[in-house]
Amino acid sequence: MKLLVCVTQTPETTANISFNADNTEFNTTGVNFIMNPYDEWYALVRALELKEAQGGSVTIINVGPATNDTVIRKGLAIGADDAVRINAEPKSSMFVAKQISEYAKQGNFDMVISGKESIDYNGASVAAMIAEYLDLPFISFGTKMEVNENIAIINRDIEGGEEVVEVATPFVLSAAKGMAEQRIPNMRGIMMAKRKPLNIIEPVAFDDPVAVVGYTLPSAKSAVKMVDPEDMDELVRLLHEEAKII
Amino acid sequence: MSNLNGKATHPTTSSKTDRFQGHDYYNVDDLLNEDHLLARDAVREWVKQEVSPIIESYSDRAECPKHLFKGLAEIGAFGPSLPAKYGCGGMDEIAYGIIMQELERGDSGIRSMASVQGSLVMYPIYRFGSEEQKMKYLPKLASGEMIGCFGLTEPDHGSNPSGMITNIRDDGDHVILNGAKMWITNSPVADIAVVWAKNEAGRIKGIIVEKGMKGFSAPEIHGKLSLRASITGELVFEDVRVPKANILPEVEGLKGPLSCLSKARYGIAWGAIGAAMDCYDSALRYSQERIQFGKPIGQFQLTQKKLAEMITEITKAQLLAWRLGTLANVGKATSAQISMAKRNNVHMALEIAREARQIHGGMGITNEYPIMRHMMNLETVLTYEGTHDIHLLITGMDVTGFNAFK
Ligand SMILES: Cc1cc2nc3c(=O)[nH]c(=O)nc-3n(C[C@H](O)[C@H](O)[C@H](O)COP(=O)(O)OP(=O)(O)OC[C@H]3O[C@@H](n4cnc5c(N)ncnc54)[C@H](O)[C@@H]3O)c2cc1C
Repeated sequence: MKLLVCVTQTPETTANISFNADNTEFNTTGVNFIMNPYDEWYALVRALELKEAQGGSVTIINVGPATNDTVIRKGLAIGADDAVRINAEPKSSMFVAKQISEYAKQGNFDMVISGKESIDYNGASVAAMIAEYLDLPFISFGTKMEVNENIAIINRDIEGGEEVVEVATPFVLSAAKGMAEQRIPNMRGIMMAKRKPLNIIEPVAFDDPVAVVGYTLPSAKSAVKMVDPEDMDELVRLLHEEAKII
Repeated sequence: MSNLNGKATHPTTSSKTDRFQGHDYYNVDDLLNEDHLLARDAVREWVKQEVSPIIESYSDRAECPKHLFKGLAEIGAFGPSLPAKYGCGGMDEIAYGIIMQELERGDSGIRSMASVQGSLVMYPIYRFGSEEQKMKYLPKLASGEMIGCFGLTEPDHGSNPSGMITNIRDDGDHVILNGAKMWITNSPVADIAVVWAKNEAGRIKGIIVEKGMKGFSAPEIHGKLSLRASITGELVFEDVRVPKANILPEVEGLKGPLSCLSKARYGIAWGAIGAAMDCYDSALRYSQERIQFGKPIGQFQLTQKKLAEMITEITKAQLLAWRLGTLANVGKATSAQISMAKRNNVHMALEIAREARQIHGGMGITNEYPIMRHMMNLETVLTYEGTHDIHLLITGMDVTGFNAFK
């Protein structure tokens, strides 16, 4: 089984979010980056489990500049066999999907797997677009996957229940919580990762129809008011006069 | 949690949800390479998942979380800087230091489990053992299949190990081992002990004693109020017949155990930073959340003085450890330099624990926060692997040329 896993980097969940002066770019100063947890914990680990059970290979792919290499090394340390970085700023989901699909076309992969979304821009769209570019079936938000020969049975969370689908390889999948469990890289893995190939390739030309116009931060949360549990009158008064909800 | 008049103003989260964040005031991360950062993050993650949720309870009960030996092995915390050939990490000394820092951020006892196994058991076998001994023991020690301990200290010989009375006598293919060792980390759960004993000529030799050898026992020491999650015991040898093949062939004299201690002390110099950071991190957060006189206590100058001095000391300790690691990577860290870093950084951590305890007010004495546990642990760390004062004498001797020990 030949598997391609898309990994991206995202700011750490505790990072302070700010933008440049004209609000068109995310300010990365002082921000620590991590591998997108959905890519790492679910997509990559499930791919590794499949490889361990059935043989094959796991390649991770990232579209980004050289500063992403640490996150890529982490993927190799967790167990991927090799990695590809497409050397370009990941300007939009469509750009990223285009680049990954161009690479995937030549690779003859049985599955292309990504996390269900990145925890920064939350687009949840790259995997769908890759499927479209490759003209492959797309299963989103998979929470469980069993594979027999070339047939995969995938569970997806849907409102109020679960949907179970069957799909033949090759296909594109986005993985959600439940698909696998986080693996922490160990020291041997970290050292072995240095000897695994990380191929850097240049992007294909792409006329991006999408451009970011600007960002805004949500309005600050107002402070929490503590009310003495004995003082019901005060609580009612606040709900009525200040919150104006009763 | 509420105080007497029923108003909940204590921050409601405790150490049980581990909100630790690293602190890097001088961008020391820029001095580290990718291996170091990956190792740091991996161990930090492991500690958050495996250590933080359980450590207060094990420490309260004075019980060693033995299941963590396996986890420490899996993450690669046993002998990370020894070669891959023996199942180890093949990393550099800075990586080893950072691993110790992150483990001790969780608990000094957990770090002790790893530093004894790696620096005091695997390292002497690697450095002074025969190839057969290395192949026999190192992979099993690295994988946690075997646990080891290190027996140097005796009931009557602590700071002065050269006075030891534990001894071996020649007996054909075997030697007969007699004596007792005291304060031995991991001894009651260990499968092997690297024991230092004098031969007939009065020379110190290292010998691997295996659990189950007749006349060998390792009773636990109870009543420790420090390092409670780490198990400590004695080693008692009554005419134990040990094959000569278990003697470490490549070393004789005190430099054997002392070179192991140098390794472990080096790790402690880093480890203490972890404990200090955890205390600082908790105090900083508490100072922003705890309201008194209508403001967060972090707004008062006296609290700021404490926090500012803490981060200053942590930053100095980080740079000391980094420089020491850089020297160690090229084999140039002297044992006197290691003594200075161990002494400085452990003392720094203990002082920070005490200040952090004050910032937490009454909450600081409870096990809702890690402070008191770190503080109690650090009392051991200040004493073992060479006491605070002994390291001072080492520096004193190094700079004056005069030996003030005897
Ligand atoms: C929890 C724990 C775990 C340990 N684990 C191990 C282990 O795994 N293996 C092992 O071999 N040992 C271990 N030790 C032992 C530790 O290394 C010793 O406790 C330490 O070396 C001090 O020895 P001592 O306790 O006999 O104190 P002593 O040597 O009796 O010292 C008492 C005091 O006298 C001072 N002192 C001694 N000599 C001088 C001098 N010349 N000048 C000035 N002051 C002096 C000391 O600084 C100290 O303050 C452990 C100890 C503890 C508490």
